Amino acid sequence: MSWLSPLAVDIIIAVLKAIVILLVAVVAGAFLSFVERRLLALWQDRYGPNRVGPFGSLQLAADMLKMFFKEDWIPSFADKKLFVLAPAIALGSLLLSFMIIPITPTWGVADLNIGILFFFAMAGINVYAVLFAGYSSANKYALLGAMRASAQTLSYEVFMGLSLMGIVAMTGSFNMRDIVNAQTDVWFIIPQFFGFCTFIIAGIAVTHRAPFDQPEAEQELADGYHVEYSGMKWGMFFVGEYVGVVLISALIATLFFGGWHGPLLPPFIWFLLKTCFFIMLFVLIRAALARPRYDAVMNFGWKFCLPLTLLNLLATGAVILLHASATT
Amino acid sequence: MEISFYLAAIVAVFATFRVVTHTNPVHALLYLVVSLLAVAMAFFALGAPFAAALEIIVYAGAIMVLFVFVMMMLNLGSAAVDRERQWLQSSLWIGPSIMATVLILVFAYAFIDGGGIGTVSGETLMAKEVGIALFGPYLLIVELASFLLLAALVAAAHIGRDDSRREQPLRNLNGSVRQPSKLEQGGER
Repeated sequence: MSWLSPLAVDIIIAVLKAIVILLVAVVAGAFLSFVERRLLALWQDRYGPNRVGPFGSLQLAADMLKMFFKEDWIPSFADKKLFVLAPAIALGSLLLSFMIIPITPTWGVADLNIGILFFFAMAGINVYAVLFAGYSSANKYALLGAMRASAQTLSYEVFMGLSLMGIVAMTGSFNMRDIVNAQTDVWFIIPQFFGFCTFIIAGIAVTHRAPFDQPEAEQELADGYHVEYSGMKWGMFFVGEYVGVVLISALIATLFFGGWHGPLLPPFIWFLLKTCFFIMLFVLIRAALARPRYDAVMNFGWKFCLPLTLLNLLATGAVILLHASATT
Repeated sequence: MEISFYLAAIVAVFATFRVVTHTNPVHALLYLVVSLLAVAMAFFALGAPFAAALEIIVYAGAIMVLFVFVMMMLNLGSAAVDRERQWLQSSLWIGPSIMATVLILVFAYAFIDGGGIGTVSGETLMAKEVGIALFGPYLLIVELASFLLLAALVAAAHIGRDDSRREQPLRNLNGSVRQPSKLEQGGER
């Protein structure tokens, strides 16, 4: 067993951890579709899916079976290569972002020193999924949905990056583990409250969740950019959206709420509880708010959120400099 | 790291070649995105992860998205593909290509003769070093670039200004002037 050197064992364990995190992310994303329907039903005073299995818990299995056996149709007028590529980008780029999230002090896939920037890069790549889906479908509704989605995502990504720069300035590092360790005394929600507000808004907008689901607005655009998709390709867009929700929730928990830090309970439980809370908040926001008009969404992003994040960054920088000059 | 640098470089060169030779504009743009990602990978291999991340966020994630956006709006059909194919006739590109090849051979010779090919290595440069460099020796260039961007922003705001909404009165179907409703004015936005 000469090949089983300590290094090889370390590599194998790291790969296994990565695979476990990947599978948990996908399964959690898929299962969220059921959880969301039950929660929406609860808040809207109805039952929701409760027929398949105890409390409807096997609804996901039924949905998956249905999706697998549906005809996977590619329209004859579509641009086939891009049509197939788009759902892969949609799911893949979001799943890759899970790489940077530190779950507990010992669990986590990659300890990148560019941490947050990797997430921004993947969020930037994610726009292509919507764009290519809308373009390759050769359908007016899909194209309109894709145009709205890309404009919205571009606008909101601008201040999503800026909203986190306050945290980066306070930590002095892009690394996610450094950011979590910097929150042992006080969570960043308190010094970076405006950063938190803008990040959660941008997070909802980037994952195209209600009330920022302009690209999919079913009343006016049929179904937006994935109107021509069916079967498992549509399923990848669908699961991709929920994986995005899990990802943004985990990021909020890590960046603003101290990650695994918390009294009494073990680190993993704290991380899980915080993430689940924000997932629930996402569903509650969808249940509670109506969809605003498209130009209102764009105006809100550029005229309110962007100046707010810039002011927040300015104030954070001033406080850090004052603090530094006071101590020396 | 050397192997990953050269692999990324090969991908970048091939993808850029396909950008030029591909006849479908959106597919060509996809190759350009791949080329930018490969260049980012080369930056990683050279020990500049910050520059690599910015390359993906700014170029692949924002600028190229606008390119694809415009291509989608233009709605180029098969006619554009045919025209592109016409432009790619070998009689058109063979002369310039031969001359460019000679130039690149001269360049490679001068490069090898002059200092030799260095090995791919370098210390890891993070945001702090980049920031110190930008706001230290290169401060003037940063300021000039910000002037340029501000001018572009003002020009874009001027061109994009919507005069028509305010100056032309709203009319009913029979042509009489009517007051805009609160919703049409944008109300509480």
